[in-house]
This record gives sequence, C-alpha cells and structure tokens, in this order.
Amino acid sequence: MSDTVKKFLYLNRKAPYGTIYAWEALEVVLIGAAFDQEVSVMFVDDGVYQLTKGQDTKGIGMKNFSPTYRTLGDYEVRHIYVDRASLEARGLSADDLIEVAFEDMETEEEIDNIVEVIDSAQVSELMNASDVIFSF
Amino acid sequence: MSILHTVNKSPFERDALESCLTFATEGAAVLLFEDGIYAALRGTRVESRVREAMGKVKLHVMGPDLRARGLGEDRLIEGIEVVDYSGFVDLATQHDKVQAWL
Amino acid sequence: MSDTIDVEGKQIPVDEEGYLSNLNDWVPAVAGVMAQQDNLELTDEHWDIINFLREYYEEYQIAPAVRVLTKAVGKKLGKEKGNSKYLYSLFPYGPAKQACRFAGLPKPTGCV
Repeated sequence: MSDTVKKFLYLNRKAPYGTIYAWEALEVVLIGAAFDQEVSVMFVDDGVYQLTKGQDTKGIGMKNFSPTYRTLGDYEVRHIYVDRASLEARGLSADDLIEVAFEDMETEEEIDNIVEVIDSAQVSELMNASDVIFSF
Repeated sequence: MSILHTVNKSPFERDALESCLTFATEGAAVLLFEDGIYAALRGTRVESRVREAMGKVKLHVMGPDLRARGLGEDRLIEGIEVVDYSGFVDLATQHDKVQAWL
Repeated sequence: MSDTIDVEGKQIPVDEEGYLSNLNDWVPAVAGVMAQQDNLELTDEHWDIINFLREYYEEYQIAPAVRVLTKAVGKKLGKEKGNSKYLYSLFPYGPAKQACRFAGLPKPTGCV
C-alpha cells in the first residue's frame, strides 16, 4: 500500500431502515478505517435522516444502528458534514442530530462534536477537494 | 369503492407519494409507512402538498416507523392519524382494496 | 452449519466460527466454556476486557475493531493495558476476535 494519505469522502444520501444503504455505508466506513486515510463522512438529501436523535427500532424489529455513528470518532473519522439545505427541506435542524465526539490519542486533542452543518457551496468544495468519493 | 393507498418511499427520493395523491380520489385513505413517513412531518418541502391532499383523503402514519427514525408524534402535521400494525390491518379490512405505491 | 456448545447442561447455538448465534444467550459461564475449548484459564484481567467489550457493545451496538479496542481500553483501564502486546498476552487468538467471542458478541466489524 502506498504511503500517501488520500482524502476519502463517504457520501450518504439514503434514509435508514427503509433500505440497506445506510447500514452498509456505515460498515464500509468502519472497515475502511483500517486503511489510515483522511476520512470524512457527508450526509446529503435523505441521508441526513441517518443522524436523527432518539431512534428506537423496537417496534419494527430491526437493529438500531444509530448508536454506532457515535463511534466514528474512535474509528478516526475526523469530519462529519451535514448539508444545511437538505436538513431545512425536511424541517430539521442541527439540534435534531446526534453528536459525535473525537479524541486524537497522540495529541490528546478532544472535540465534543465533529458533526458540522455546512452550506451547499462547501459541500461542493469538499467533493472537489477529495481524492476518492464513495457514494451510498 | 374506497381504496387504501400505501406509500413506503421517501417523498424526497421518489414520486410515489405525488402519484398517489394525484390519483387517490375523495374518500380514499392513505397510509404512510417505512420511508414514506417522512411526508407526514411538519416543516418539510412537501408539507403544503400533503395538507392540500388532506381535504380529499384521510392520512394515516405508521407509529413504529416514526419511532424507529427518532421522529416524535409532536412533529406530525395535525390531522394525520397514527396507527400501529393492527391498525394497518383494520384499515385494510375497512377498504375494498389496497393499492401499494412502491 | 449449526453447532452448539454445552453451558451448564444447556445447548447454546453458535455459528461456524464459534460466535454465539444469539447475543441474548450469553451468561458468564459461556466465556468459561469457550476459554476451556481454547485451553485458556480466565483471570480477572480477562474479565476486565470481556466486561469492557460487553459495555462497549451495549453503548455502541458494535464490537470494536482491535485498534479501537486498544485505544478504548487504554482510556478506560489505564495506558499500561491499552497496548496490543498486553491484550495479545491475554487473548492469544487476537484480543478483538477471541475476547468478543467470549463476550458473546459478533465478530468485530473489519476483521477477516
């Protein structure tokens, strides 16, 4: 494997539970953490629904995987971006979303919440700036 | 002949809801479930379309699907009725047929 | 293939790699039986890790990959335990893989 660190961007555009995309994307992010790249995860369109607080799947008999997003910081995901326009089109705001903490074990730098709501122009910029985009 | 229409796709991703609301006639019922429940929430891009349809058809939403997605009943458009799985069965039996918008 | 292990006279189903088929079947004796099969005697130090994994799963709904486990153990149980040498000395078949199995969790995501 090459020593160059690449910028990986995981782009999530699907709602959870109705289809398998959201869970599969999350698994790929967790597995991909082993590759030591610079990883960002982005939520656009219905993907923003993956991060809503208070999910309780007992009634539909499916595994609730929303707590797993909170480990993304442990898996060295440094940035989680949410498209503001997608949130607004769905009547949601940053307050409706879970928080994900990050701690750099070497520098002991701690960040309480790496979930960041950004404008569409920034979404485009980040896409342009990444080396690889994985789309779900 | 009254029909129960069901929609299980997100209104932001597919036009299943739009087609359903276009073709459903006076007195029909619509049940939103799975990813279809997002149409039942206030403050969304499709809220006015849903409110307009409520003059013609009765809307229902699946409670367990709302809770799974972390969305409380306090976020629903007023007048949409929450049902559970047995309520789904009741709706199906109360109507002559079920039309699923997949 | 469906296999079972005998735990206190009860047959508990496991998958082809020896992980519990059903999370809810776990009782502490499961870890003891699995350890015996691996010729390992469980000490308090093993239990610290097994209990830690169960708590981690309860909170995050996944079994952590080995490097995440190492990091998290260091944070929770002290730096001297948060290294793979220590964890491998306890669980020679791999801290994440073997300890997760003892803890009744699925195989960690990212392990092959």
